[in-house]
Amino acid sequence: MMDSAILDAFFEECEDLLVALSDGLADMREGLADDETLNAVFRSVHSIKGAAGAFSLEDVVGFAHIFETVLDDVRSKKLATDEALLRVLQRAGDILADLVDAARDDLPADRDQVDPVLRELESFLSTDDLVKEEFVFEALTLSFDTRDSGSEFEVSFHPSAEFYAAGNDPALFISALHDLGPCTVQVETVKLPTDLADFDWTKGYLTWHVVVADQKNDLAIREIFEFADDLCALKVHETTKDDPQPDVMSLPEEVETVPEPDLEPAQAARPSTQKASKKSASTLRVDPERVDRLINAVGELIINQSVISQRIEEASLPNSSELYGDLDNYKLLAREIQEGVMAIRAQPVKPLFQRMLRIAREAADATGKDVNLVTEGEATEVDKIVVERLADPLTHMIRNAIDHGIEKPEERAKTDKPATGTLRLTASQRSGSIVIEIIDDGQGLNRERIKEIAVSKGLISADAQLSAQEIDHLLFAPGFSTATEVTNLSGRGVGMDVVKTAITALGGRIAINSIAGQGTTFSITLPLTLAVMDGMIIHVGGQTMVVPITSILETIRPASTDLAQIGLDNQLLRIRGDYVPIIDLAERFGVTPQSASLTDRVLLLIQTESVSQCAIAVDDIVDQRQVVVKSMQGTYGQITGISGATILGDGKIALIIDPDAIAAGQGNALSAHIRAQKEDAYATT
Amino acid sequence: MSAHILAIDDSRTIRALLTATLEKAGFAVTTAVDGVDGVAKFQEAQADLVITDVNMPNKDGFGVINDIRQGQVNRAVPVLVLTTESGAALKDRARRAGATGWIVKPFDDEALVSVIKRLTGT
Repeated sequence: MMDSAILDAFFEECEDLLVALSDGLADMREGLADDETLNAVFRSVHSIKGAAGAFSLEDVVGFAHIFETVLDDVRSKKLATDEALLRVLQRAGDILADLVDAARDDLPADRDQVDPVLRELESFLSTDDLVKEEFVFEALTLSFDTRDSGSEFEVSFHPSAEFYAAGNDPALFISALHDLGPCTVQVETVKLPTDLADFDWTKGYLTWHVVVADQKNDLAIREIFEFADDLCALKVHETTKDDPQPDVMSLPEEVETVPEPDLEPAQAARPSTQKASKKSASTLRVDPERVDRLINAVGELIINQSVISQRIEEASLPNSSELYGDLDNYKLLAREIQEGVMAIRAQPVKPLFQRMLRIAREAADATGKDVNLVTEGEATEVDKIVVERLADPLTHMIRNAIDHGIEKPEERAKTDKPATGTLRLTASQRSGSIVIEIIDDGQGLNRERIKEIAVSKGLISADAQLSAQEIDHLLFAPGFSTATEVTNLSGRGVGMDVVKTAITALGGRIAINSIAGQGTTFSITLPLTLAVMDGMIIHVGGQTMVVPITSILETIRPASTDLAQIGLDNQLLRIRGDYVPIIDLAERFGVTPQSASLTDRVLLLIQTESVSQCAIAVDDIVDQRQVVVKSMQGTYGQITGISGATILGDGKIALIIDPDAIAAGQGNALSAHIRAQKEDAYATT
Repeated sequence: MSAHILAIDDSRTIRALLTATLEKAGFAVTTAVDGVDGVAKFQEAQADLVITDVNMPNKDGFGVINDIRQGQVNRAVPVLVLTTESGAALKDRARRAGATGWIVKPFDDEALVSVIKRLTGT
């Protein structure tokens, strides 16, 4: 049990060390590495090796050892860090990470992957290094003849000044010899100065003779002097009966202890440098389950808070009641607690981005393209779950960008682009959301081709009128990409629809912006927190529902002049000279609106990814407040247009709507009409 | 009275292993995360023996030994160097730095404990 806890700690530490390694290697690639960086890179590998050895993880140790030896040559400037070496070091870093992963999962190392890199690493080593190598790994086996009965050994040692300076105490040696068998101890004092004034405590004056009986050989004795044999002129030999005894002063049983060297008064005090020492102990490791329990409790607290505020309102207290002030304080505190708890779960995206560096390298190698992945905003913090669930979508998108977006060097040469493509992966926090962008400087989306594929898959009709944005969004349509359509690099049986589903499940949105010849940007917008969100409480046909505040641009009470109609029942809202489709939420959910006329109702102008903007018609706006998001997927499966549910102050359950999905249903058809109308308008002017 | 060991290593895995091994053997253990922390802790706490890693940030193991040996406090304390290196070169370097002895990683629990017992007289 103890061991498995330490093993867990080891793997956790490896994660940190691998990040440090990857950072350092990145700096080396950028030419930003100073000596300390090189040392840190070396230390990361060295620490992994050292700790892995304790658990007998031979594959990790063996690889780390060669890796470390190369790095040692790099840091001692025996090896120049050219492009070829850097590439191998990067690969070695990846392999080391793989080996650690394999060790964690108790899987054998993938020798097909490991060995070529190992050989490449070795090619940088001098034969000298490699010979040393074998020496280190050679197990030392000794065989010696064992005799039936023990014999007597005489041990003589004369501690020098260095012996004492290295922290040794003769008494301890004698006592250790005594543990081996019966001893007689004698001390030779002839070198002691006769005048005490000549005595220098730092010098060694005494020679000890210890006769140890009952020994099979001198190995155990020599082991005691393992660290000090060269500091005390050690002599060990087997005694024979006629061995002449040295002329010594005999000592009885008691062993005289040599006084420990004391402080030298003249020694100047050394100020210690304690500055940096405390910092590393300032993090706390907590079982994530505890944090999850806390988050659930905070969710309940927020529900409870809305129950209390509802009760207080129903009690119709006088406006002057102090209870209102207290309630506000309570809300403030609850929000603070909630933010505090979410901050505990927040993690920087850095480890996630680091993984993408590797994905990009591998994808670039596989496609024969030169790609430089630049990461920005690595310190941006997102919820732990987001970090975990974004890994697959990001991997897929990075692969796609390199496979389909960035051109081959020879094609790039035909334009004025540099031969090396740049892929930027950025994270930032923008007004209550986290935005992650994947920006390539490639050829942009081939919209003609996308349309062709979509038509051939029956996703759209051949004569469909689609805006550039809508064509781009076909990428996310289920069934758009199939294994036959994508290369074996990006295609792993999943298409962009899976990416979109994953991001939607996190309460996020994804947008594409592509310019032919200049590149494509995928923007993922995610809520800051997952468990609690700011919602607008609305009424529709007697139902209470919640719309996420992040997707609402503005709310409008339309005048009849703001409304227009296409066909029999397609309504449009005219806003600032533009038309946006109106989606009646009541109609969408099959309930009866409180009024048939839109002018009696409220429109929520929504920003969506698929049809840019649309207006959702609701009966009324009730309130704006924090709601606790409860997933319904486990019980009801995926319901289009609904992203979850929450419990309101009065204990009722309200559904949280997914504006994107709502807009996607009717919006697509409608926006085609709008564009047709616009084009007509342009044609006539 | 159990001997008090100060263990200095930047790897928390090794620190955990040392702590577990030594505490099981009845020693009191204080850990430090790098050389600078180690020297600071050494001055605060009465250690009967110091085990230090060599490759560490801020100050390496030889720097630690140097500070201890040149310092005012308990400067004749036995210091064991814990390292993955082996061979004569290490022995020479450790010796010149003033180390009492050296243990090669990965260490054998029993050997480590027996060396410490010997060096602390427990």
